[in-house]
Amino acid sequence: MLDAVDRRIVAATQAGLPLVCEPYRAIAEKLGLEEADIIARLKRLLGEGAIRRIGAIPNHYALGFTANGMSVWDVADDAVAGIGAKIGALDEVTHCYERPRHLPLWPYNLFAMVHGHTRDEVRAKVERIARLIGPAARAHDVLFSTRILKKTGLRIAA
Amino acid sequence: MPVIDPTSRAIINGLQGGFPLTPRPFRDAGLELGLSEGELIEGVRDLVGAGRLSRFGPLWNAELLGGDVCLAAIAVPPERFDEVAEQVNAHPEIAHNYERTHALNMWFVVSAEDPRRIAEVIAEIEAETGLGVHAMPKMHEFFVGFRVEV
Repeated sequence: MLDAVDRRIVAATQAGLPLVCEPYRAIAEKLGLEEADIIARLKRLLGEGAIRRIGAIPNHYALGFTANGMSVWDVADDAVAGIGAKIGALDEVTHCYERPRHLPLWPYNLFAMVHGHTRDEVRAKVERIARLIGPAARAHDVLFSTRILKKTGLRIAA
Repeated sequence: MPVIDPTSRAIINGLQGGFPLTPRPFRDAGLELGLSEGELIEGVRDLVGAGRLSRFGPLWNAELLGGDVCLAAIAVPPERFDEVAEQVNAHPEIAHNYERTHALNMWFVVSAEDPRRIAEVIAEIEAETGLGVHAMPKMHEFFVGFRVEV
């Protein structure tokens, strides 16, 4: 869990790092802290997983990855952890989660997001995933997004 | 497919993680990419300015910040789609909402700092729309590659 200083660091960096030679010093000056303290806290938060990674956060659409497919899979509950770890490690998969089924409408319990320049490229990637999973996938589907109805970023108050 | 210059390509492909936690991180990362400190800073500024990067910095894990996030889906009759989208989007807790190709044709993310709000928002949407909301909370997250190559 984050302490009050961590939360101030989140608020100061959620729009991005200052694009200057010494970004951590710039944050420290803004918050009235030491640069070494900012660096140490960011290292700890990265280690704990509160920060997933630090670097370039791509805008998929602006980079031409306009096809966005949610591939969904029905796999045996006792196999989902092993398969999920394998699928999640693929570079072409941006998120991979186990979620509950909603029978009979929704038999799928494993979700893997796949991005591409075209729907065919996404379908080809999904077929590669299907071959990787093999017969353990009892059924699968891919749901393309046809419209973004809303998209707002995460915002945490200090 | 947008045209991407070599500096941008090096930044996008090479810096989707692992940005150094050192006093001069742009200089240190630039050594790996064959860019000077100034070239890297300018390159990142251009990519953010052009919207090709959403931002440059830490990607925070929303759940570990004390909030909760839940994916949910509704099968919306096509003739009511726009009206229901408006009703759903009117809730500030809805972070994303996508139309998708399936009988379950509306997929949105409910996020709230107070996890109890998630169930409340879903109940409100069910009452307002008269449609069943299928909550699909994350049960397990698997290691994620999370990269795009340009």
